Amino acid sequence: MTTKPLLEVEHLRIDLAIGDARFAAVQDVSFTIMRGETLGLVGESGCGKSITALSLIGLLRPPLNLSGGAVRFDGQEIQNLPADEMRKLRGNRIAMIFQEPMTALNPLSTVGRQIAEMFVLHKGKSWAEAERLAIEALVSVRVPAPERRVKDYPHQLSGGMRQRVMIAIALACDPDLLLADEPTTALDVTVQAEILDLIKDLCAARGTAVLMISHDLGLIANMCQRVGVMYAGRIVEERAAEEIFQAPRHPYTNGLIASLPLLGARARHGRQRLKEIAGVVPPVAAFPQGCRFHPRCYAASETCRAVDPVETHLPQGGFVRCHHHV
Amino acid sequence: MLSYLVRRILQTVPIILAVAFLVFVMFSVIPGTFAASLSDDGRAIVDVTVVERMNKEFGLNDPLYVRFGKYVGQLAQFDLGMSFRTRQPVTKVLADRMWPTLQLSFAAMLFAIAIGVPLGFIAAMRSGSFVDTISMVVAVSGLSLPKFWLGLLLMYLFALVLGWLPSFGYGDGSLRYLILPSIALGVAPMALLARTTRAAVLDIMNADFVRTARAKGMSESRVVRWHLTRNALVLILTTVGLQFGTVIGQAVVVEKLFSWPGIGSLLVDSVTLRDIPVVQGAILAIVLFFLFVNTLVDVLCAVIDPRIKYT
Repeated sequence: MTTKPLLEVEHLRIDLAIGDARFAAVQDVSFTIMRGETLGLVGESGCGKSITALSLIGLLRPPLNLSGGAVRFDGQEIQNLPADEMRKLRGNRIAMIFQEPMTALNPLSTVGRQIAEMFVLHKGKSWAEAERLAIEALVSVRVPAPERRVKDYPHQLSGGMRQRVMIAIALACDPDLLLADEPTTALDVTVQAEILDLIKDLCAARGTAVLMISHDLGLIANMCQRVGVMYAGRIVEERAAEEIFQAPRHPYTNGLIASLPLLGARARHGRQRLKEIAGVVPPVAAFPQGCRFHPRCYAASETCRAVDPVETHLPQGGFVRCHHHV
Repeated sequence: MLSYLVRRILQTVPIILAVAFLVFVMFSVIPGTFAASLSDDGRAIVDVTVVERMNKEFGLNDPLYVRFGKYVGQLAQFDLGMSFRTRQPVTKVLADRMWPTLQLSFAAMLFAIAIGVPLGFIAAMRSGSFVDTISMVVAVSGLSLPKFWLGLLLMYLFALVLGWLPSFGYGDGSLRYLILPSIALGVAPMALLARTTRAAVLDIMNADFVRTARAKGMSESRVVRWHLTRNALVLILTTVGLQFGTVIGQAVVVEKLFSWPGIGSLLVDSVTLRDIPVVQGAILAIVLFFLFVNTLVDVLCAVIDPRIKYT
């Protein structure tokens, strides 16, 4: 692994425009991903994980827009790239897979054609050559009978198969970075494991770095070397995966881990209520003053209500954004 | 595919019977007879013996169900009966009038598609812009204009003031005569198509698979060509099919206004004269055409969209 990071995100800010008002949906988000590394982003729905990923490749649509910060990819600032330059990166060097395999593929095109597009767009192949490469791409994502499958339409495939097709599309051009936005949320549990293994194996074999977005802590623990926990548009804690799960420092991370149901807990301790974090993520327009987590935090003090905490860097690497971190 | 078509054709049989029955009942309950319509104002009493003879000749003295039974029997042999007025077979009368109506309807739909679809596309591409607002104002106005009034305006401007085009009639059947009536008839479906296209395109622009296409690194024009157009086409085609039927029905007004010798004006004249076999024939022809166009659209949609099965 080289020392220069593949992706550096600094003080990213994403604004949500409602009428003339602008609210920071994502604020001061910074992280780096090394080549071949897998970084996890976890958090509840609505805390800004997906739009962070979309903003990296310039796919935010109004009313959202990237309004501040820097995104450096392979040493090059890309947040203000002209549209045609950005398109050369998108799909080719930074690929993305989405949450909904049901709707993420064009229903009127064969899957072969939709994979082949990648080779035509980025590798300058002819359609005939691209269709042949599409079969190979299906082989690599372990789709059975790929010669027949390329002629299928998305509605003829199961959810898991469609997600495999999405992965084939994403990895078609051997990207350096894969943005995986909840790739298994919409799938059956058994299929989830297969798809995750597939992403893990393929990316490890090709040295592809992954930004894995999920609200599933188990998945993140299994897949990622480092984990960033997002809450209300900010990363509140970012550390190595094994450290964060063993000794969470931010009360929110702590709450997330405590609310995981434990196998065998009932046998040992008798019947107990599952733990939860009271309340919900506030809407973007109503982020509270001070620490954004304070209304839901068990450790909240006067300082938390008034002063926004800054990132405290930890000696063993990573940081936590809390006045009272353990 | 073939069995699908056969089934669709068989499905038209009960529809035709139902339409025939409705028309039959309607014309037996409304006041006025063919015989009475022969007098100048339709009210004076014609010689009783003449009426009696006519009723006998046309079989109008039989009870309704007997007449309907006979009519259905004729229909089964593709015989629509004789016109009371001209004593010609209705099929022949219709055949003479069919071509002008088809010309008019196709020209009107061509106008509607050629203007409406691009207009809707542009509006969707620049949604919220000035172009969008203007084209939707045009669309709503087009939908709201009464056809006969629009027709009169067109006649006034292009025939009377500018003198570019003939004001009415079929003339020698040349294109010049076709232009004004087909615009008058085509404006409403044009407006509706513009709105439908705009909605369809906007809808698809926000679809997940379009986001996927962008994430692949496709330019917007490729996104439109490779992923948007075909998806929008399914929705647009369905609207075109339905509008085609409406256009044929509304051609009645425009044909009458422009003295266009089509099924529509034939229908109006025959209703006035209570020439019931012709009225029935004309309505059946319109219904059949509507069914035909919509079957065609369904088949086309199934060709474009693999999710639609021929079942």
